Amino acid sequence: MPGKPKKETFSKSNYRIIGKPMPRHDARDKVFGKTKYAEDHAIPGMLYGKVLRSKYPAANILSIDTSNAERLPGVQAVITAKDIPNNENVTRFGQTHSVGGFEGLYRVLADKKVRFMGEAIALVAAETQDIAEKAIKLILVDYEAFSGVFDPAEAMKPGAYQVGESESNVICSYKVRKGDVGKGFSRSDVIVENTYRVPFQDHAYLEPESGVAWIDDDGVITLQVSTQVIEHFREIAEVLGLPHNKVRVIGTMIGGGFGGKEDITVETYLALLTWKTNRPVKLTYTREESILSHSKRHPYIMKYRTGATKDGKLIALEAELISDAGGYIYLSPWVLLYSTVGATGPYDIPHVKVDSHTVLTNNTFSSAYRGFGVPQVCFAYESQMDELASQLNLSPLEIRKKNYLQKGRALATGRVLDHYVAFPETAESALAALGEQSRSKSSAERIGRGIASSMTSYGRMVFLHDTSRSYVSIEMDGSVTVRCGVQDLGGGQASSLVQIAAEVLGVPMEDVRVYIADTALTPLAGTTTATRQLYMSGNATLKAAREVRKRILRKSAEMLEARPEDLELWDRKVVVKEAPDRIISLASVVKACASDGTQLYNVAQFNAPFRELIDFKTGQGQVFPDFTFGSHAAEVSVDIETGKIKILKLVACYDVGQAINPLSVEGQLEGGTVQGLGYALTEEIILDKGVTLTPSLSEYLVPTSLDVPDVQAIVLGSGDGVGPFGAKGIGEPSMVSIAPALANAVCDALGVRVFDLPLTPVKIVNALKKS
Amino acid sequence: MKTYLIEITLNGEKRKVEVTTRETLLDVLRNKLDATEVKNGCGKGDCGSCAVILDGKAVNSCLTLALQANGKEVVTLKGIGNEEKPHPLQKSFVEHGAIQCGFCTAGMVVSAKALLDQNPRPSRDEIREAISGNLCRCTGYKKIVDAIQDAALEGKS
Repeated sequence: MPGKPKKETFSKSNYRIIGKPMPRHDARDKVFGKTKYAEDHAIPGMLYGKVLRSKYPAANILSIDTSNAERLPGVQAVITAKDIPNNENVTRFGQTHSVGGFEGLYRVLADKKVRFMGEAIALVAAETQDIAEKAIKLILVDYEAFSGVFDPAEAMKPGAYQVGESESNVICSYKVRKGDVGKGFSRSDVIVENTYRVPFQDHAYLEPESGVAWIDDDGVITLQVSTQVIEHFREIAEVLGLPHNKVRVIGTMIGGGFGGKEDITVETYLALLTWKTNRPVKLTYTREESILSHSKRHPYIMKYRTGATKDGKLIALEAELISDAGGYIYLSPWVLLYSTVGATGPYDIPHVKVDSHTVLTNNTFSSAYRGFGVPQVCFAYESQMDELASQLNLSPLEIRKKNYLQKGRALATGRVLDHYVAFPETAESALAALGEQSRSKSSAERIGRGIASSMTSYGRMVFLHDTSRSYVSIEMDGSVTVRCGVQDLGGGQASSLVQIAAEVLGVPMEDVRVYIADTALTPLAGTTTATRQLYMSGNATLKAAREVRKRILRKSAEMLEARPEDLELWDRKVVVKEAPDRIISLASVVKACASDGTQLYNVAQFNAPFRELIDFKTGQGQVFPDFTFGSHAAEVSVDIETGKIKILKLVACYDVGQAINPLSVEGQLEGGTVQGLGYALTEEIILDKGVTLTPSLSEYLVPTSLDVPDVQAIVLGSGDGVGPFGAKGIGEPSMVSIAPALANAVCDALGVRVFDLPLTPVKIVNALKKS
Repeated sequence: MKTYLIEITLNGEKRKVEVTTRETLLDVLRNKLDATEVKNGCGKGDCGSCAVILDGKAVNSCLTLALQANGKEVVTLKGIGNEEKPHPLQKSFVEHGAIQCGFCTAGMVVSAKALLDQNPRPSRDEIREAISGNLCRCTGYKKIVDAIQDAALEGKS
């Protein structure tokens, strides 16, 4: 519980590894080209898989003729929906704890309606990639094409085209009710009201989806795959109609995920093809296929109205959010819940009314993406804050300082913030770090500055009853083994566990070997999503390692004739603090433990707080374990003739509680900021009536090294997180507030605001024309 | 399909391999010469993950036909250095935290090596220019630029 530090024999002041900038344990293998990613695996005798995808966004499938493909020499299997034991899997949301009123339909292959362009219809496995590609083209699908619906606001209307078979287009709606917004607005001196729009964003991880699968000697379907969730093994088994323990998923080092490898991608296809052919199979998406077929960040239409008194105190906020879920539900209800709870941002507002809806359309489906519904609303509420400031003649920092939440205050959902809230200092530090304002170099150049703040949760929703497990042991020579089912996205998920075990067990990092991401061999640690792994698996590893440490110190105390609390464990040795000549090696203690049967391994489980479901009528209740707070500041130059934006300075300042590895934290802040910058300026999956017009990285523009300045990362450490050593999560929060900071900076430069992302030159020139 | 026997010097070693007219250098490196350190991120020359040094110049191996590499020298990440003899760029990438997921690393180090071979003391802007064809989705580029600049200062490239 907060405020009550646990008794420890090692303290913050003498951390040796925690909080030190450490080269990551996995970086060496990567820089020498030794790390194997999913596509680098090859199995003798393997086949190549390929997926046939719908060429229409909305259609009925009348018939599928696979006979020509089956006759092609070298084709070993053609699979359509009728060949799949359980083609449809309807899950109540929550992986281990059934909650809520929503059901998510996961359909492996389309057999009735096609709901988006690129939806999978048939699978082929063949002796070569070329044959598989030829075979796909030989499959004849007879479609009855429909006009479809592509705008979520249209899709909500009665009589709109129905995207699914029987379900309503409106997947779910939430409400937050606090106080009386009518009264709040009547007491407001200033009210601003606008509608904001944000686009589809693609994760654009550099590694396209990939995996290999085979059946092992015991008949277990085994997948080696790039995924953020090895625990999809259960769903894969259910699709195949097998017991859960007959499917094993081994996660490879992931070449970037950002939420896009959270839902199932290639897994069920691989499992089906290897199950049908009894041969190993490899399946890798092309970049185009990746863009057409995997999830996107939800576009939102956000109507916001915010009222304040003349001295800048917020009185009322009313928001209506509509998100485009695309063709299938996936994680849309949860993404929307994050947006709904986060709709008021880090501000203390007495009267709040939020209504939100997520809606099916015939666009590519939307689901998890770094920030999970929070960057969208942050763009809206932080734009509103600057609009209010401008009407009230307050600076952007002044108005925020009057309204930031503080520890002990409650969100609009009634949740009281019980940990340190790093406002206003993250905003002040970020702004101050911009330094002296740059001067414009030409008559067409305008310079502007902006800030934005956010709060983003880390850890999964508390009614999902999240858990993680980790195994820690000491080997006979004193080296350490960690087994933990984390998936490593490249954010240092495994490396942080190495640091934690090394710190607690007094060995250098190179003495720790970590095994991750294998459902058969590593204790299950849950998903690498929701910025939860350091919090959950870091705590589980800390708990497991502390128990082993306790046993080591107990045995050492006997051997050194001292009390455990007088001992220090470091550098593979145990020493009596006050008598450094009384010293023994860790290896000798381990041997003594082995000889008297002291168990030198421990599997620990960490449980997040378990809560019940919130009240959906009012939105009142606790949704998240804790939050990470931070701010971005930016200075931009805008050319008023061309509308081109140049980013001059970028600062990210976040309270991470305790940095486990400052180098990794900076990496998250710098990388998250640039990903958010792409969202703000150039990235947009453009669909025309469901047809993707941006299916490659030359059309979908992610920032290059020439598009961004050096991001300055300022890392604060309040020590008040709920992760190991007081850490918070930073993976997702790092990207949330950059887009509004840039939009606010552009508005500061030009005096006119753009309400839709991305802030393209065309929109800027048009906004200037209107003004 | 008709195949042709070509010879390339891959990381200092002469290798003979049968290729078709359609195969790219990337296909052949990954599928026939076991050089899986060269990554395929887009297959269209948009991302730079497949960059190799071909006769001293950084190229996207996905846009180079295997036949075009006949008789030429190809250097991949593994040819730049290894654990026993790391290149200063490799040490610097690790120390600076310039590697997150690592999927762009092979192409990044290759582009950086080609730059330092031509220009041993590049400015930050020149470094940014040289790696502008290599996308990185994790780091935001700062630590990569830092790493290359530091390796250049070491002057051992």
